[in-house]
Amino acid sequence: MHRIIKKEELAPRIKLFVVEAREVAEHARPGHFFVLRIHDHGERIPLTIADSDPKAGTITMVFQEVGKSTCELGTLEEGDAILDIVGPLGTPRDIRRLDTVVCVAGGVGVAPIYPEAKAFHQLGTKVVSIIGAQTKDLLIFQDRMEAVSDEVHYCTDDGSYGYHGFVTGLLHDLLAGGLRPDEVVAIGPLPMMRAACRVTAEFGVKTIVSLNAIMVDGTGMCGSCRVTVDGKTMFSCVEGPAFDGHKVDFDELMARQTRFLAEEKLAMERYKAHAEGCKCRRK
Amino acid sequence: MPAKVDRHLMPKQDPRERIRNFNEVALGYPAEIAVEEAKRCIGCPKRPCVAGCPVEVDIPSFVKLISEGKFAEAAAKIKEKNSLPAICGRVCPQESQCEARCTLGKKGKPVAIGALERFAADYERALGARDAQGPASAHACAGRVAVVGSGPAGLTCAADLARMGYSVVVFESLHSTGGVLRYGIPEFRLPKIIVDEEVEYVKRLGVEIRTNTLVGKTLTVDELFRDGFDAIFLGTGAGLPHFLGIPGENLNGVYSANEFLTRSNLMKAYLFPEYDTPIRVGKRVAVVGAGNVAMDAARTALRLGAEKVTIVYRRSRAEMPARLEEIENAEEEGVELMLLTNPVRVLGDERGWVRGMECIRMELGEPDESGRRRPVPVPGSEFVIDVDTMISAVGTDPNPLLVRSVPGLKLGRHGNVVINEETGETSVPGIFAGGDIVTGSATVIAAMGAGKLAARGIDKFIRAKRERGE
Repeated sequence: MHRIIKKEELAPRIKLFVVEAREVAEHARPGHFFVLRIHDHGERIPLTIADSDPKAGTITMVFQEVGKSTCELGTLEEGDAILDIVGPLGTPRDIRRLDTVVCVAGGVGVAPIYPEAKAFHQLGTKVVSIIGAQTKDLLIFQDRMEAVSDEVHYCTDDGSYGYHGFVTGLLHDLLAGGLRPDEVVAIGPLPMMRAACRVTAEFGVKTIVSLNAIMVDGTGMCGSCRVTVDGKTMFSCVEGPAFDGHKVDFDELMARQTRFLAEEKLAMERYKAHAEGCKCRRK
Repeated sequence: MPAKVDRHLMPKQDPRERIRNFNEVALGYPAEIAVEEAKRCIGCPKRPCVAGCPVEVDIPSFVKLISEGKFAEAAAKIKEKNSLPAICGRVCPQESQCEARCTLGKKGKPVAIGALERFAADYERALGARDAQGPASAHACAGRVAVVGSGPAGLTCAADLARMGYSVVVFESLHSTGGVLRYGIPEFRLPKIIVDEEVEYVKRLGVEIRTNTLVGKTLTVDELFRDGFDAIFLGTGAGLPHFLGIPGENLNGVYSANEFLTRSNLMKAYLFPEYDTPIRVGKRVAVVGAGNVAMDAARTALRLGAEKVTIVYRRSRAEMPARLEEIENAEEEGVELMLLTNPVRVLGDERGWVRGMECIRMELGEPDESGRRRPVPVPGSEFVIDVDTMISAVGTDPNPLLVRSVPGLKLGRHGNVVINEETGETSVPGIFAGGDIVTGSATVIAAMGAGKLAARGIDKFIRAKRERGE
């Protein structure tokens, strides 16, 4: 059992937990993820380790409530416990000192990009961050990103804060303006990562993305998370989740992400009906 | 001389019924039938059956005890050598091991040793009287051993070491114990309550089990040695699924058998949405491969509601690697066999879902290195079968995650761990291995035999270490 030490609502439907997971915290490096299961009937949910504190024996996770399992996760409070946590999983990022990196994050993708930005920053790399969300209220991790970035640019789809438009629009402007980073790290929804890769390909800038493929075990046993990279099938749980974005077959991955949409919808409807039932009883 | 009695068949659920549920198919012997079957054993002096058992169960003695109605004693006799009899009685290929050597088999049908083993184990379980002896010297511990993986190899190694007086911790990466017994073998062939109870028995021997711990990631082998473990046993299995490497394999509706079975068995997706993990099976399913895993996947697909399930296999019936019993079960349930057929590509629709599978006819040529006749494509014989789901059950490789994290560990051509066949020791002193991580995918009982052998090797290793004063 893994106790929730701290819960924070970062934005509507986006939550942060700090949970006890000593061995995971002691071995976590930027780019690692973990798998959790809320309870005995739960599915295995992969999430990036957004931060870790080996001394306290805790890891930080950030999640957006999009389906039944993440909504249910969001109902847990400080002091509650998560049944299972296993990690760290995946191949950590090979982070070295570079001159400049640009970290492009969309939506809840800011959380997984944070440990990478932090690691680059600690090595003395200049970090330029571009953070975007649909609207100002959905921007998260601003303080944390500002602490580890030399520059932070904000973008909102509705123009309510910062640059009016997508992160990829601003990325294009910066590169067109002459910025030549050694590497771009792009983490966010698949269409955003694909768009970011198209922009950087135009300027010939190496781009690393972090893929959120559907997984079951997360340890290389099932192959659910397979993705085509450079024409070869890779298991993103073992060889990833970070890959050279210019080599990823995003179209295939986007199709694969729809495999269980009907089931996810059914689970969510059942869950909502149940949750509303509970509210009725409370009244 | 008494009239010769035929081997007693085990009652099974009716095929028309059982394809609508996940309950166990084979129902076990009633006591009076078990006694009758046990009486068939002629107690031949050479005891060839024992030599056919990878874990050396004293078969004639336990069979005799059953024939005398001493069921609990029979179970205890089995457990002297085998910690997981309820599992072995169900999933061992007895027809190619103990029963293959039975003297009765020379002229008729061998004694149903597997069914009797299952009977004794189930009898004991139903009684609830499962006295496990604790460690021989719990307070004066002989040493500490870390066992990696709680599948059949790991559980057997752990149980044997605990009986020798060692303090044993089993590390399991999944949230639940049993390895392939849990994620691979379906409920209808091996009910999970039996896995639970066999694991409980191993725990009662004094073994500690830590789930959610992926050695190599959560803890390293070095850390285990640093934490005071004298030896480590690697029983991490063959968990890495093969794909065929044909176009279209990443389309939606293509599963590895591992994914399909893990969703259904470990995650209980067959109970979705009561359980949260989804599984989607289409109307027409092709399962590629003809081993036990293929049969399990095909029969699971039927139970999940598929209308037509076809096994597609490139060789002929005679070469099918699955147990005969499992092939019969599958066919009784309506699984069709498409033999001498090999997929060449998976066809998708505009949304990325499987809509068919293009196959080619095969014929058998000269024998290959496995001794089986090599399947050769018949030119121009391509045809398309109409399926919306494809399950690839063409084998697994040793899981590379842990073994790659151990410097100096000698690996074979297929990423398998190389061991000393006598002791189970690897190229790294103090690290032993056994089961599918050494052999590639094999059987539960072979893994158990390897766990047993390594337990002896570990005992010898630690004794030698103590004698050197370390």
